[in-house]
Amino acid sequence: MTELPIEAVKPPRPGRLVAAALAALAMVWLVYTVIVNPNLHWDVIVTFLLDGRILGGLWITVALTALSMVVGVGLGVMAAVMQLSDSPVLRGAAGLYTWFFRGTPLLVQLIFWLDIGLVFPEIGIGVPFGGPMFLQWPANELITPFTAALLGLTINEGAYMAEIVRAGIRSVDPGQREAAESLGMSHRQILRRVVLPQAMRVIIPPTGNQFISMLKTTSMVSVISGAELLTVSQRIYLDNFEVIALLVVASTWYLLLTSVATVGQRFLERRFSRGH
Amino acid sequence: MATSMVKIESVRKRFGHLEVLKGVSLDVPPGGVVCVVGPSGSGKSTLLRCVNRLETIDAGRVWVDGELIGFAEKGGRLHLLRPEELCRQRQEIGMVFQRFHLFPHMTALENVMEGPCTVRRVPKATAASQAMALLDRVGLADRAGHYPRQLSGGQQQRVAIARSLAMNPKLMLFDEPTSALDPELVQEVLQVMRDLAASGMTMIVVTHEMGFAREAGDHLVFIDDGVIVEEGPPREVLSRPRHERTRAFLGQVL
Ligand SMILES: Nc1ncnc2c1ncn2[C@@H]1O[C@H](COP(=O)(O)OP(=O)(O)OP(=O)(O)O)[C@@H](O)[C@H]1O
Ligand SMILES: [Mg+2]
Repeated sequence: MTELPIEAVKPPRPGRLVAAALAALAMVWLVYTVIVNPNLHWDVIVTFLLDGRILGGLWITVALTALSMVVGVGLGVMAAVMQLSDSPVLRGAAGLYTWFFRGTPLLVQLIFWLDIGLVFPEIGIGVPFGGPMFLQWPANELITPFTAALLGLTINEGAYMAEIVRAGIRSVDPGQREAAESLGMSHRQILRRVVLPQAMRVIIPPTGNQFISMLKTTSMVSVISGAELLTVSQRIYLDNFEVIALLVVASTWYLLLTSVATVGQRFLERRFSRGH
Repeated sequence: MATSMVKIESVRKRFGHLEVLKGVSLDVPPGGVVCVVGPSGSGKSTLLRCVNRLETIDAGRVWVDGELIGFAEKGGRLHLLRPEELCRQRQEIGMVFQRFHLFPHMTALENVMEGPCTVRRVPKATAASQAMALLDRVGLADRAGHYPRQLSGGQQQRVAIARSLAMNPKLMLFDEPTSALDPELVQEVLQVMRDLAASGMTMIVVTHEMGFAREAGDHLVFIDDGVIVEEGPPREVLSRPRHERTRAFLGQVL
């Protein structure tokens, strides 16, 4: 048999060449103007990048994001399972939750949680509807900017995650559930072993987006002086007037965090697409 | 009652206003192989699904191995079974679906191990060696590590049969197990089913494969519009149908 190798000549594409050259030129010019710009104070940026206060804020940003995502995902799974249950009461409760917390601005929720002492001065554990209390604390001691931020972000995140998880669960072929039922698996086993692992494929990409957006949403906590990355940057520039330099410092860290998160998301996507 | 593996008595099933089963009765002795045929929409799948309680019934009774399915009879009244009791009843009844419904995120071996490991809490190593033996029985020992996506339709269906057998069921239900397969893959699945029938398994098989019904079946049921129109030994019903509707249907499929 004769070999017929293909060594084809590519047709010239002058348009694409010109476009690429222009784009490259624009990028080089942009980087150049930024680097040589005397108003950017590169020396200040470099010193503050590893400043103790900035690193402290960074740590709080990471902690807020991680905690509110983990608990938010848990809340979301719970609310999604409730919304798909047979009981109208459970469905209603979960529906009300997502409706309320997706329907009001996060900013309002954050301020509300910080000021919850105005509505409920005492928070405790006891018999509801005016029964005796076993433990109670003044709300003002329990609610710090950090706990208020955590409450606000977590509960808000749970409401969004509920919708994402619900869509994921509904994307699983009902035949899967029937096959599992006919093996004698219980509802809980079916959810854990069959439905959720398959729903993950649909759940993970938007959850990754939520995580990345949460890294930046934590900056909203600055309205209740939450001590995360943006708030500490602001405190510093209110002192030394290096506004742009400190915003560059904060943005650099945000970019770094979101880049790491993106890599993590790719990894999880691959892990949960087994068999596809 | 103890002489039947499955006893279906006057079962009725409605979906909204549509009555899909209008009083169906059927007896399957232990080791019996009953084939169910009938036109599309006649209620064949619904009948199978009533046996393992994937559908609730509106009237009638279903017993498997002498045990009432879906209810407990106490003091002359029926009580709905709790979910965990339904699960226990379903463990005894294998079901094979037209579209296989293997778990796509598990390998063939993991699919077969899933029932014993999760439901029966069999140790992993024991379940794995039993699952390997079952895959070997359906001729797929060399495909244990493959995901369903990497298997042909016939291979997937054989894994699905092995997955059901792993629970050691007393009864196997087959809902058109070869209808989704390319013609050249049908025989490999039917062969596994023939072996299973020969081994003494009690089976109810909804199928359009008249050859299988004739050779492997002990009893043939023709169902149309929610009622059993005609039943008897497969050769007899297939060669000398007594009812006009049976004749018309067989005329179309044969
Ligand atoms: N969950 C359901 N809700 C409403 N109607 C249903 C449902 N399941 C089945 N039906 C209806 O019940 C009738 C019988 O359905 P069934 O699936 O039992 O038929 P079948 O004999 O298995 O047909 P086929 O050969 O096409 O599989 C059909 O008219 C179908 O539309
Ligand atoms: Mg059917």
